[in-house]
Amino acid sequence: MSADTDVEILRRRGRIVVVGASLAGLRAAETLRDKGFTGSLTMIGDEPYEPYDRPPLSKQALLGRARPEDTALPRRRDIDAEWRLGVAAESLDRAAKQVRLTNGDTVPYDRLLITTGTRARPWFHPEEAALDGVFGLRTRDDSARLCRKLTGGVSRVLVIGAGFTGSEVASACRELGLDVTVAERGPAPLVGALGGVIGAVADRLQRGHGVDLRCGVSVTALEGDDVGRLRRAHLSDGSVIDAEVAVVSLGAMRNTEWLAGSGVAAGPRGIACDAGCRVFDVNGIVTDDIYAAGDVARSPHPLFDYQFLALEHWGNAVEQAEIAAHNMICAGPDRRPHLWLPMFWSTQFGVNIKSVGVPSLGDQLVVAQGALAEARFVAVYGYRGRVIAAVSFDGAKWLGFYEQQIAAGAPFPPEYRAVDRRTEMLHPVDPAFPDPHLPTHGATVTLTGHSPSERRVAFVPAHA
Amino acid sequence: MTSGTLITQITDYANRADPYPLYAELRKIPVRREDDGSYLVSTYYEVRSLANDPRLSNDTTNRPPGYARVGQPEAESGLPPSFIFTDPPVHDRLRETINRPFGPPHSPRFLDGLRGELATVVTDLLDAFEGKDQVDIVEDFAYPLPVTAICKVLGVPREDEPRFHVWADALASSLDPQAGDDGQAKAQQARQDMGAYLADLIETKRRHPGPGILSALAPDMTPADLEATAVLLLVAGHETTVNAITNTTLTLLRHPDVLDRLHKDPGLAVPLIEEVLRYEPPVQFVPWTTALADIDVADTTIPKGAPVWLMLAAANRDPKRFKDPDRFDPGRKDNEHLGFYTGIHYCFGAPLARIELHVAVPELFRRVTFSRLLEDPPPYRANAVLRGPRHLPVAIEALTA
Amino acid sequence: MRLVVDLNRCQGFAQCVFLAPDVFSLHGDEALLFSPRFDEAQRDRVEKAAAACPVQAILVDYFDEPTKGAEPHVG
Repeated sequence: MSADTDVEILRRRGRIVVVGASLAGLRAAETLRDKGFTGSLTMIGDEPYEPYDRPPLSKQALLGRARPEDTALPRRRDIDAEWRLGVAAESLDRAAKQVRLTNGDTVPYDRLLITTGTRARPWFHPEEAALDGVFGLRTRDDSARLCRKLTGGVSRVLVIGAGFTGSEVASACRELGLDVTVAERGPAPLVGALGGVIGAVADRLQRGHGVDLRCGVSVTALEGDDVGRLRRAHLSDGSVIDAEVAVVSLGAMRNTEWLAGSGVAAGPRGIACDAGCRVFDVNGIVTDDIYAAGDVARSPHPLFDYQFLALEHWGNAVEQAEIAAHNMICAGPDRRPHLWLPMFWSTQFGVNIKSVGVPSLGDQLVVAQGALAEARFVAVYGYRGRVIAAVSFDGAKWLGFYEQQIAAGAPFPPEYRAVDRRTEMLHPVDPAFPDPHLPTHGATVTLTGHSPSERRVAFVPAHA
Repeated sequence: MTSGTLITQITDYANRADPYPLYAELRKIPVRREDDGSYLVSTYYEVRSLANDPRLSNDTTNRPPGYARVGQPEAESGLPPSFIFTDPPVHDRLRETINRPFGPPHSPRFLDGLRGELATVVTDLLDAFEGKDQVDIVEDFAYPLPVTAICKVLGVPREDEPRFHVWADALASSLDPQAGDDGQAKAQQARQDMGAYLADLIETKRRHPGPGILSALAPDMTPADLEATAVLLLVAGHETTVNAITNTTLTLLRHPDVLDRLHKDPGLAVPLIEEVLRYEPPVQFVPWTTALADIDVADTTIPKGAPVWLMLAAANRDPKRFKDPDRFDPGRKDNEHLGFYTGIHYCFGAPLARIELHVAVPELFRRVTFSRLLEDPPPYRANAVLRGPRHLPVAIEALTA
Repeated sequence: MRLVVDLNRCQGFAQCVFLAPDVFSLHGDEALLFSPRFDEAQRDRVEKAAAACPVQAILVDYFDEPTKGAEPHVG
């Protein structure tokens, strides 16, 4: 039987199982049906809810402008799936080609898509984490619980960690009129993602909106009262903060534990897969029946020296899911690479922050348009003389231009004249990232094509 | 065909009724150098990319001597350029200030609140069709609605309309690259006269605030900036929406199958209006941008200082972006047209135009049974940029309540 | 009925806010907030907003039936 016939049979009456009833899982399922898959489709999700949208949970939900339970994602089309919700996948048996669920059921597959995503990194001390008033923020239920607490008459909220989620929570709390202390281990908010230069702008935004921001400190202990309610937090500088609510925003952990022992290349950094979303086994050999997409997947990106990037980004989840679905049901030559340029947004303190590329790879930075002092600008990151990322504060309409510059491997710094170019910031500065262990960017390729289906890599001569 | 003759043909009045074959010809070279050193960009992705390019300026004083400096008032007029002819940060500051009483985040419901009044205007205009067997869609419908709307938005007395109608015409014509020195001189005079009229009005508003955004803006803007803004909005409010309403009517009467579908499904009006904005955009091209640096696009380098024309109407018919682009198809998915431009200079009045179209178009076709176009093509205005029929005479069969 | 805005595509043109101010709002000059669920009374306005989006970033689903097996019927 030829491979083409196999694919045809798969498309007609194969069994596809999606583990992770998430944004990525849903979009993949829709794409499968769109592309003519008529076999059986099973959607497995550990939460009892149909796929919902997470970004509003730390923004409009906390502001009371949308209820967390109203975030179910719109459907692009009917997917005619069997839903197994409220039950998690427990293990994978590659030899038998089946997924075992926590309720003991097994679900056989011909093709498996893993979109199990991430969860909030919990507070390191389990007893303290169990105190009434200590929250994480990742799920619909987390958001609903936190909303109830914040509107229930609390006086001070402690936010642990000033990454994007923590900063958004702090912003919402200030808007609700609550006192907020933010404790950040690094030198400034958002420093891990955007570096210290932009972090300083985020710092001014927070303080300007009345946040009690403490950088360079960590929370060493959370202390409860005798009935188990959070009372205060102890900081590494010896200070003590009275707070009834602590929101732990220490980043995310990838949901890969259920794959332990399955023989696929899954670990704390995600599930390794190729640019076509096919999962590797532990030997580094690509499987042909298991795919991964979304936050949990790590795949090599040609634009970033073929390093394995795991991107916890909404747009990446959508596009990678579409590519995975496409590749699952077609023969080799028709498969497409996932060449998404990393992109994300955050809304905090009334400012729209958007990013394209990978800022943390940058070794230099210039403010190409606007001014940091006005909190309205586009900052461009360079790596070895190439544009590698751009970040805008209330400048979203310009980012498409820089996206093209990144895809084309354009020279850095941008020395051309441009509108709103302020002379005082023409000299590149160190973007001030705290972590020296950064992957490298070879800048030997460019991306071509306007739509995902056309996108391809073109090699360019090495830059001197 | 040489490149020099093509743009001459596009601006030639003889081709006003149907410039689309010329645009198709133009697209064969996506970025085309004219003999005078100007560059014409006509394909979708290239137009879109340049509209978002910070190396492109809307301030025509960046052009070398000898090129038309569209939008730059002469020094003696005493007025600054209006915000569409400025770059950030001046542009952003002006536009945000003007937006404050007009739209979100500060006034998200201002325009929404005008729907009722505009619907009444539409009803009155259509009631006046009673007993007629033919009407001019421009004079009897498409013109009076936007004029009333922009007067309400600004807080300009409707009864002064005949005075500024003449000025608005002169100013709109001056955006046409073919306007010539005489046209520019007329425009300067109109700008001055209109400015003087508005200066009086603004002074009155300052002392006795009333409805409309001029009153709201008077405390926050210099009189000169406010005057320049008022002139721009009044002119834009006059010309473009008239064209949009007229183009919609003309296009529907040329596509009876679509008109049938609209009668069966009034909800079709919403995507249909967007499709008209793609198919017959009221602003055909933007001839007033300038390269601030050498720009590489589509294997061509546009040199620093070159005037750049972004051909929106040609880009909207680019087969690389829109399948079967010359087909009028209100069912088109993913209709990311450039009818209102894109980037930071996206049409300020777009939401007002849409609200007017949403109010006017379904009601016009619900109430009026048309028998036919009396002239096809209809007579067009001279303007190649703000392109639209001067009159649209139609025969009507019946009017329902 | 549900909607989601692809905020990577969104550039803050705010056309949706003008056309459906009860469903969409601006937070500051550029950041868009939206109500992910809306009712019949808003349907017409949401349709107009989605059609008007200059970057076609609004996905609307007018279907309103809950998914079989999803909460409140916990699996």
